[in-house]
Amino acid sequence: MSINQTIASKAALENEAKAPVQTPSAETKRESIAVEEGKTVGTPYSDNPKFKLRNVEVFYGENRAIKNISLDIARNEVISFIGPSGCGKSTFLRCLNRMNDSIGICQVKGELTLDGENIYSSKNDVVELRARVGMVFQKPNPFPKSIYDNVAYGPRIHGLANRKADLDDIVESSLRKAGLWSEAKDRLHDMATGMSGGQQQRLCIARAIAVSPEVILMDEPCSALDPIATAKVEELIAEMSESYTIVIVTHSMQQAARVSNRTAYFHLGHLVEVNETTKVFTSPEHELTESYITGRFG
Amino acid sequence: MTDKKDEVYGDHISHRFNDELMELKTEFLRMGGLVESQVDRAIQALVNNDGQLAEEVRASDKRVDRMEMDIDEEATLIIARRQPAARDLRLVISVIKMVADLERVGDEAKKIAKFAIKLAEEGQAPRGYLEVRHIGDHVLSMLRDSLDAFARLDSVQALRIMKEDKRVDEEYQAATRTLLTFMMEDTRNISRCMSVMWILRALERVGDHACNIAENVIFMVKGEDVRHTPVEEAEKVVGR
Repeated sequence: MSINQTIASKAALENEAKAPVQTPSAETKRESIAVEEGKTVGTPYSDNPKFKLRNVEVFYGENRAIKNISLDIARNEVISFIGPSGCGKSTFLRCLNRMNDSIGICQVKGELTLDGENIYSSKNDVVELRARVGMVFQKPNPFPKSIYDNVAYGPRIHGLANRKADLDDIVESSLRKAGLWSEAKDRLHDMATGMSGGQQQRLCIARAIAVSPEVILMDEPCSALDPIATAKVEELIAEMSESYTIVIVTHSMQQAARVSNRTAYFHLGHLVEVNETTKVFTSPEHELTESYITGRFG
Repeated sequence: MTDKKDEVYGDHISHRFNDELMELKTEFLRMGGLVESQVDRAIQALVNNDGQLAEEVRASDKRVDRMEMDIDEEATLIIARRQPAARDLRLVISVIKMVADLERVGDEAKKIAKFAIKLAEEGQAPRGYLEVRHIGDHVLSMLRDSLDAFARLDSVQALRIMKEDKRVDEEYQAATRTLLTFMMEDTRNISRCMSVMWILRALERVGDHACNIAENVIFMVKGEDVRHTPVEEAEKVVGR
């Protein structure tokens, strides 16, 4: 998994690093709309937070990619992060399971806690953190192994199953939860790479679920999928929200509107607005949010 | 006016989306203009005993119906193509609702025209026409102002129209009482007075529709639904 992660992280780094330098003409007019640092409109806090994030800043070398963001992510909510490319939403997502650690020049500041525990404290084990906070990437990235081994990989290294029968159970239930069981049960020992894109993505979700995480981070999980596969993944997100906290970065506004309880709008490293999704898409509070979701710039 | 429109709905990345929204707005206002002139002419026909003008009003209701369908289709296409959000969504949804109000106003004008024809044929003594003219002028200005508030996205004016509606209701009550006394004075007045009552009722409804349009304008501008809420609440929303 680490190779894939590093590749994805590098791609993200390239995206984010470009951001502040970018000054496309369409955006010049928007520059005039003030974003006050650390001032997020709407309802960024929750009574029942899973993640409590305060004054978070992320630097890539000299470049400040995340500017003083404070946000709660509530238990068992689906929250989506939206915003134009380079706004910092993926960078921020990656802070939640320390995916930015692998980038040498990246530095995360601020207070980030998961169930009250500091995510970035040195005594906290990253491997354990990532078992609790799973991740699904933009492009389906199954290991070049069998379907079975893909799902069994995590439970094996984390020692979650001692007997073959236990492992079989985990594989089956994970594939069921990912809505893939009926399609995969007769070909469990075929190569995962032989599946369709949509199936591969659901396999990646099954793989993430297999280690019983508490949170699932999704970085544009449907952008490489066709509408049918997308609908299946969205259906899955709705079902999973009963047992997991889900954070999803998406470029599809309709997707954010369909799947999430709350929506957070990022702009040039600022968290501009967080509100109930219904509010964001019918009458957003901030002018920048409005401009973005109505297709006035992006 | 056009500048303001451009500022609010005309700066999407997609120019065609701009054009579509602009077209929707323009068509709605065009329909509003037509309906407004129908009410105006129906009243003229009545008070001037002009049967021919009344016939024209009746006939032009078909055009209003046609426009309603065209605008609905345009709005449906925008939703299907663009999945509008926020203020764009509120514009499209409001237009769909307000078009229904305009169509009803057209129906009321047609109703008045029918009575105008009937009364013109019967001839003589225009009792209660003073009231018709009075309430007619009042609701016409409300209708005009509501369309104006829509064109300029003026929620303050929209609020004013919501308040006006109460006054129209009072005027309507007063006119009803006057007509009742005419009927009591002379039973031969009853048939004519009943017709005038129906006309007043139609005009009062026009005021209600203007009020609905005004409520939709507040929704478009402020994003809050002020239907079925006391005027004081709407006042707070507009004041925000």
